[in-house]
Amino acid sequence: MDQTHIRPLSMVAAGETVKVVKIDAGRGLNSRLAAMGLVPNTQITVVSNGHPGPFVLSVKESKVMLGRGMAHKIMVS
Amino acid sequence: MPQMNKIVVALAGNPNSGKTSIFNMLTGARQHVANYPGVTVEKKHGLCRHGEYEITVVDLPGTYSLTAYSTEELVARNFIIEDRPDVVVGVIDASNIERNLYLATQLIEMNAPLVLAFNMSDIAEQRGLRFDIEQLSTLLGAPIVQTVGSKAKGKTELLDAVVRTATQKKERHPFMVHYGDEIEEELEKIQRILNEKEPAPAQKYGARWLALKLIEQDTDLAEKVRSGEVVGAVKASIEHLRTIFKEEPEIIIADRRYGFISGACQETIRSTVESRHSASDVIDAVVINRILGLPIFLVLMYVVFFLTFKIGKYPMGWLELFFGWAGGAIAGFWPPGSESWVKSLLVDGVIGGVGGVIVFLPNILLLFCAIALLEDSGYMARAAFIMDRIMHRIGLHGKSFIPMLIGFGCSVPAIMATRILENRRNRLTTIMVIPLFSCGARLTIYMLIIPAFFSDRVLLNAGIFTIRMQALMLWLIYLIGIVLAVICAKVLRLTLFKGETTPFVMELPPYRMPTLKSILIHIWQRGWMYLRKAGTIILGISVILWVAMSYPKVPAASLAGLDRQQARQAQLRYSVVGRLGQAIEPVLKPIGFDWKIGTALIGATAAKEVFVSQLGIVYAVQSADEGSQHLREHLQADYTPLTGFCIMLFCLIASPCVATVAMTRQETNSWAWALFQYLALTVLAYLITFIVFQIGSLISG
Repeated sequence: MDQTHIRPLSMVAAGETVKVVKIDAGRGLNSRLAAMGLVPNTQITVVSNGHPGPFVLSVKESKVMLGRGMAHKIMVS
Repeated sequence: MPQMNKIVVALAGNPNSGKTSIFNMLTGARQHVANYPGVTVEKKHGLCRHGEYEITVVDLPGTYSLTAYSTEELVARNFIIEDRPDVVVGVIDASNIERNLYLATQLIEMNAPLVLAFNMSDIAEQRGLRFDIEQLSTLLGAPIVQTVGSKAKGKTELLDAVVRTATQKKERHPFMVHYGDEIEEELEKIQRILNEKEPAPAQKYGARWLALKLIEQDTDLAEKVRSGEVVGAVKASIEHLRTIFKEEPEIIIADRRYGFISGACQETIRSTVESRHSASDVIDAVVINRILGLPIFLVLMYVVFFLTFKIGKYPMGWLELFFGWAGGAIAGFWPPGSESWVKSLLVDGVIGGVGGVIVFLPNILLLFCAIALLEDSGYMARAAFIMDRIMHRIGLHGKSFIPMLIGFGCSVPAIMATRILENRRNRLTTIMVIPLFSCGARLTIYMLIIPAFFSDRVLLNAGIFTIRMQALMLWLIYLIGIVLAVICAKVLRLTLFKGETTPFVMELPPYRMPTLKSILIHIWQRGWMYLRKAGTIILGISVILWVAMSYPKVPAASLAGLDRQQARQAQLRYSVVGRLGQAIEPVLKPIGFDWKIGTALIGATAAKEVFVSQLGIVYAVQSADEGSQHLREHLQADYTPLTGFCIMLFCLIASPCVATVAMTRQETNSWAWALFQYLALTVLAYLITFIVFQIGSLISG
């Protein structure tokens, strides 16, 4: 598997585990996501890649739902 | 040094960490819920006694962090640094430690006198997690108590730790997370300048913490530090760090915090069981399934309502009987036939008005019970997820559907429930359209009108189900309400409350078994609020209405020869309300109404159910309620089905009852919005009813 290929989280299939590289969001959102565990270098697993609609991912023992558009802003590899 | 025997404790923690159950465990039913002044964030505090200490427990809003980005976080943070509680208890979900410790780390850095409660330790144990509590406690610099809030385990140990921490005159060394050399260097620079140029805030907040917040670009604290040199130095530091890391310092700092947490946990936590799939995952596979999710949700909602109204009917009936009896009992104090204004005030005004609202209490409580069950079990988060797709199209957040749902029972608690919406614009929009979700009171109007004008004939017989005209009309009215709400919400979001929709980020907590105690406390709190708010306003308005209906008194001579009902009818016509009704008749004619309906509408301002009883009085029908055949016959005689439909339409949309207006005012903190809601809805009702009536009249010739 190509580990260095950087892509948006929205393109990750359910069941895959990836690492957060960067988040393209405003400061408030970035802070909120960070507080929920999403910072660069964190491992996350996609639980459900809702097409369309919310995304569910697993990070640090808890599950987080992301709305449409959010998954596009999170870059992972 | 805390005042002898009195301690103030603040509870902080993530949402879903079981903080509420710890609060309940400590305070039992001795809780008070209010608002922080100026903002609509709940302020919960309660009392607890331990040994010779009287402990005030303040439940801070659940937050993931303590930044300046949201009102809840600011409120929580300010309570800790400004109000200076004697102890802060950080509630941690032990089965989800790493994320939960993020908040704890910030508390540690704030130098708050901390006790950590590792809650849900039973689940952590089940998951095979073993903690080296002593070492972890040393690493984090705070005593740790293991608790199971929902089972009241660990209460004594927690309170012991709290008292110990509050009374120790411990020299607290400012705790430091090491952020890496680059950041530490900048922190030191800024600390120096702060101590020089802004000694007061540096002293108050701690120079290091302040420096850290400034580098994080905390808007709230940046306000407090205005000196040019500091601002300049901070800017330079941030630029420098941005260049080195190619990332915002804020993010690097967050990352380092997790690094610290991870390090501490690795040394002290052992996982003995590898659990891949939990029961929650299994349930979720079905519940948030793309195909099954929505139908399951709809069925659940239907069940909630069905049960609420089915079960609620019994206590409702009892309450109706009780109030009927009470009215009679009080009237019995006066000799029969005598006319005393006190008697009339008590029986007609107070008992009639207030009783009408309290009768709904069972329904409200049942609805709250259902909502509490859904929330505590964790299902609400899933429901918000499912509804989000639809809500988003209107420009609202998935969570908006919950208050709307409650609105079908009663608008008052529904508006209260909008507190779960974080975005102010979303909240305002939702509050504005909630009255369009026909509440239980409006149902009484429909139940009167529909059988009066529409027969119960079967329209479609398709074997398994039949569609009857009456059921269809009722369904139609509700549907119109929903459609209008959607349109209004969309319009509001495009105009008055224009703005970005909040990005949907929500934690999906594991399913949990709700405890009876927490449900009961929840119902008690909400029910009491409903009674207090709705009760006081409605009592006031009922009295005013009673006065307006009974005065001026009809001259006795005109009453000669009339029976009781006719006398009441004459009195109503003569009174302020009656005259008002007659006065607005010209305005009502274009929508097909006459003064009698007008009078009833005025009465309905207090509570929608009053419409029915007012109409009863106007037609001189004894004790009218929606089941009154007598009244229906009168209506049939006087009006056409078109008018009947228009009445329902108007009542659907127009003027929410005073309790609703009062609650809107409370939740929006402004009379302007409450008035706007009232007027806008009434005008909208008039316009729509006008169009329908005029077109309808044209069609029917």
